[in-house]
Amino acid sequence: MFGVHERFDVPRPPAVLMKGSTAGSRRGRRAVIAKKSGAAATSDTVVMTELLVLIAQHRDKDAFSRLFAHYAPRIKSYLMRQGANQASAEELSQEAMVSVWRKADRFDPTKASAGTWIFTVARNLRIDALRKERRPNFDPEDPAFVPEAETSPDRAVEVGETQVKIKAAIAELPEEQAEVIRLSFYQDKPHGEIAEELDLPLGTVKSRLRLAMRRLRLALGEEQ
Amino acid sequence: MNASHHPSDDLLWSYAAGSLDEPSSILIATHLSLCPACRAVVAKAEGMGGELFENSGTADIDAGSLDAVLARLDETEEAPRIALETVGEEAESVSVPRPLKDYLPGSIPSLSWRWLGPGVHYTAIKTEARGPKVGLLRIAPGTKVPMHGHSGNEMTMVLAGGYTDATGNYQRGDVEAADDGLVHQPVADAGEECLCLVVTEGELQPTGMIAKVLQPFFRF
Ligand SMILES: [Zn+2]
Repeated sequence: MFGVHERFDVPRPPAVLMKGSTAGSRRGRRAVIAKKSGAAATSDTVVMTELLVLIAQHRDKDAFSRLFAHYAPRIKSYLMRQGANQASAEELSQEAMVSVWRKADRFDPTKASAGTWIFTVARNLRIDALRKERRPNFDPEDPAFVPEAETSPDRAVEVGETQVKIKAAIAELPEEQAEVIRLSFYQDKPHGEIAEELDLPLGTVKSRLRLAMRRLRLALGEEQ
Repeated sequence: MNASHHPSDDLLWSYAAGSLDEPSSILIATHLSLCPACRAVVAKAEGMGGELFENSGTADIDAGSLDAVLARLDETEEAPRIALETVGEEAESVSVPRPLKDYLPGSIPSLSWRWLGPGVHYTAIKTEARGPKVGLLRIAPGTKVPMHGHSGNEMTMVLAGGYTDATGNYQRGDVEAADDGLVHQPVADAGEECLCLVVTEGELQPTGMIAKVLQPFFRF
């Protein structure tokens, strides 16, 4: 296991190596991009996750500043796509980052990557602030909660690997499936409204989502 | 014992994306409290959401943004969450998962139950939200719920006891989704009162003889 500080200095691959080859079929090129961005994601994901752990354990403000630089602009972009104007998106992204600081001890690196966890924080804040609704969430401390049968000790490593596989699976999705996924995560719209927007029957939207889910499961080695 | 009837992936994904309405989310979150398998599906959908979040662009933040946030980090942190044991725990006979408990003003027996028909009681759960209605249904052991159809979707999750209809047997944690058009006649299992969380879109349409008599009561 590397120490935390060595991991922070993982260099990014030089930009010239990041460019995909211009030759080859569309499919082949996509695979190259997926592979390269997958490698970049590994170091990013690891760094961000460790920053978040530092914040949780040591209330480290330098770590927080670095996390802020990466995620605040993403949260703001997410909120603007969900219909917030520039001023309220700014205010809510600040609110979300304060929330990340306060709730950092609830982040569990064996369950999710930093990006996924911060996405859920931003999502819950959006439901609360933009939709003015409560977000019912399960609580592992709940006496009625039924826990997993067991978790393996290498779960944190698995989470990183899973995230890389998810990334590759998204890059490989046919555009029509990728589109319904983006709309369902990026616009606060029920599947019925997505169907209207794309001028498709609801059944088609649902079946594209199902196909995308199946591909994801295949990518994660859960189905044959 | 884990659930054997689960909500569709479609609903779990909508919940993960944050586009599902609040009443349906109460039922899904309650099911997730009891179902590790569906939590794994939601975790993957959230992983997908996280991936899109990482890669779907950035918006410039204001120059003083980081300083403004840093200045707030030492403020008093939010009050600790209220302990679970505050309301009517002593009277509770059913273990109610927290996502549902948070919406109830008291223990199950203390809620204001409305008589809907022989052996059937209902209480509405208040939300500020748009969308379907959500409530709890209590069915006495062995009771046949009048046959009814649907003008919209209905989702039921068992919290205690169980029931059987043409599609199978449902126990604690199990979810049944009845589509538009399905006509069914659930019968509560013998022995224990059946307690269900029900989310209804549109109105139930009683179709049987007795149900016609009871029709006024089914307008939840
Ligand atoms: Zn389930």
